[in-house]
Amino acid sequence: MLRVEAQTRLGALALDVALDVQPGECLALAGPSGAGKTSVLRVAAGLLRPERGLVEAGGETWLDTTRGVDVPPERRRCGYVFQEYALFPHLTAWQNVAYPLRGVPRRQRRERALGLLERFGMRELADARPRTLSGGERQRVALARVLAREPGVLLLDEPLSALDARTRAGAARELASVLRQVETPALLVTHDFAEAAQLGDRVGVIDSGRVIQEGTPSELAAAPRSAFVADFTGAVVLTGVARSGPNGLTHVELDGGGAVTSTDRGDGPVAVSVYPWEIAIEPAAAASPPGSTQNHVSAEVLSVTRIGNRVRLGLGGPQPLAAEITGVSADQLGLRAGAQVIASWKASATRLVAI
Amino acid sequence: MRPFPVLLALALATALSFLTLPVVAIFVDSSPAELIDSLGEPGALDALWLSLRTTAMALAIILLVGTPAAYLLATRSFRGKALVVTLVELPLVLPPAVAGIALLAAVGPSGILGGAVDAAGIELTLQTAGVVVALTFVASPFYIRQAMAAFAAVDRTLLDASRTLGASEARGFRRVMIPAALPGLAAGTALALGRALGEFGATLMFAGSFQGITQTVPLAIYDRFSTNFDSALALSAVLVGISAAILVSVKLVQGSEALGGAPG
Repeated sequence: MLRVEAQTRLGALALDVALDVQPGECLALAGPSGAGKTSVLRVAAGLLRPERGLVEAGGETWLDTTRGVDVPPERRRCGYVFQEYALFPHLTAWQNVAYPLRGVPRRQRRERALGLLERFGMRELADARPRTLSGGERQRVALARVLAREPGVLLLDEPLSALDARTRAGAARELASVLRQVETPALLVTHDFAEAAQLGDRVGVIDSGRVIQEGTPSELAAAPRSAFVADFTGAVVLTGVARSGPNGLTHVELDGGGAVTSTDRGDGPVAVSVYPWEIAIEPAAAASPPGSTQNHVSAEVLSVTRIGNRVRLGLGGPQPLAAEITGVSADQLGLRAGAQVIASWKASATRLVAI
Repeated sequence: MRPFPVLLALALATALSFLTLPVVAIFVDSSPAELIDSLGEPGALDALWLSLRTTAMALAIILLVGTPAAYLLATRSFRGKALVVTLVELPLVLPPAVAGIALLAAVGPSGILGGAVDAAGIELTLQTAGVVVALTFVASPFYIRQAMAAFAAVDRTLLDASRTLGASEARGFRRVMIPAALPGLAAGTALALGRALGEFGATLMFAGSFQGITQTVPLAIYDRFSTNFDSALALSAVLVGISAAILVSVKLVQGSEALGGAPG
C-alpha cells in the first residue's frame, strides 16, 4: 500500500493532500496544470520535501516529518515515469533499462535488460539511442527501465502527453495492460479526465493543491460533488463490448446491461464516452416515438446539481451516467432525485476507445 | 546589386584576411625544412616538452577540481552565488601581468601564504611547479565557465530519473551528468588548453624564463625573436599546429554529437 500525505507551500500554491493507493490499484490524479499533481509524485519519490508530510510504501516509512525520517530518492523503490520519459540520451535502449540493475553481475545485466525490452516488443531496438526512437517506443523503454528497478510503487507523470494523437490510443492500451499486471500501487497524474478514467481504477480530481473528490470515473461523472468536478469530468464514460452491427454502425453491449450504438469503429472491450450535454432526458412514462437518436437508456435520477444556468443530473442505471440540461428543462420536467427517466443520445455523439 | 549584402560580404572578407594573414605568414616566411631544422636546436625542444608537460598537469588539476565545482554552481542555488561566480570568472579579465603579480603576492616567497607554501616544502617561484600554478590560475576560469553552462543545459529531470532509479547523486554525476554535458565540457577543455598553451605574462612574472625549467614555448619565442627569428618562427608554427588541431577536434566532437551521439 502507498500512503502520501503532504502539506506544503509551493509559491502561490498551498498543497494539502492525503492519498491511499492499494496494491495492484491505480489511482489517477486528474486536474488542470498548476494544481500540484506533479508535486504529489515528487513528494512520494523524495524529490520534493514538503513542510509536513508522510510517505509510507509497502510497510516502509519513506518520509515522516514529525519523526525526522526522510529516505533519499535513491533508496525509495519508486518506479517514476517522467513526463518526457527522461531517458538518458547517451545510453542505448538496453543500457537505459540496465541502469537500475546495479547489484546484478555485469554479464546478466544485458540479459535482464533485453528480457524486459522483449516484454515490450522492443528487443530489436535494444541498441538504438533514445533520440532515434518514436514517442511510443520511448514510453516502452521508460516502462521497462522502471520495472528493472523492481519498484514497490509506480509513479507516472502525464505518461501519454508526450505522444501524438495517433500513437496515444495504442500507448494507452499498453500502459493499461502494464498497470493491470503489476502488483504494486500505482499513482498516475494527468490533466485529461478521459485519460484518468481509462487508466485509473479510481480517479481523484485535484485543484489548487487539494483533492476535491475521489471515486470511480463514472461515480465522478454521475455525481460530481462540485461544479468544478462536473466541468472537469466532461465526458461520461461507460464500458462494454463492441462488435460490428448493421448499417456500418458499431453495437456495444454495456457491462451490466443495456446496449448503445456508435458511428465509431470498435471491436472487443471498449470505453464508450459521451458528453453530458449531448444527452437528452425524457420522463420514462412518455412513450414518445423514436426520433433521430439511436441510444436510449433507462435510468433513475440520483442527483440534481445546478451549475449556473445548467443542471447536471447524476443518473443511476446499469452504469452511472450524467446528463446536462438547461435549468428551464429541468424545472419543466420536475426532475428530482428518484425520478425515472430515459436518457437518449445520438450514435454520432458516441465515442469508442478500445481498452 | 543591393548595397547591404555587398557590405556584409566586404566585412567578412576584411575580417577573414586580417585574421588569417598573420597565421599564413608564419608558414610562408619559412620553408618546412627550415622549420624542422630550427626545432632541432636543444632549447626549442626543451620548451616544447615543458609546455606540453605543464599544460597537461594544469589541465588535470583544472578538470579534477573544476568539473565538480562547475557542477555545484550549475545545479544549486545559494546566497551569494552570483558573487562566487564573478570571483571565479575574475581571472578571465585580469591582465596576465597582474595575474603574475597577484600570484607572487599570494604564494610567492614573501607573499601572504609564502610561509605556508615554504613550510610544506613546496617551491613555486622560478620552478616548473610555478608554471603549473600560473597556467592553472589563468586557464581554469575558461573551463569552469563553459562547464557550468554545459551542466546547466542538461535537463535536470535526467538527474532526478537517475536518483529514482537507485543511483546516488555521485553516481548520477558520473554516469549521467558528465556524459550528457560532454560536448560542452570538451569545448571548455579546449578553451583552457589553448589558453594554458599560450600563457605568457603570468608565467614570466611568477616563474621566470629558465630554459628547461620554466621556459615554455611562448617564453622561448619571446626569448629568441630578436636573436634567432627563424627559431621563433618554427616554435610559433608548432603552436599554430597544436591550436588548430585542438579547434578541429572540438568541432569534430560537437559535430559527431549532433549527428550520431557520443560514445557510450
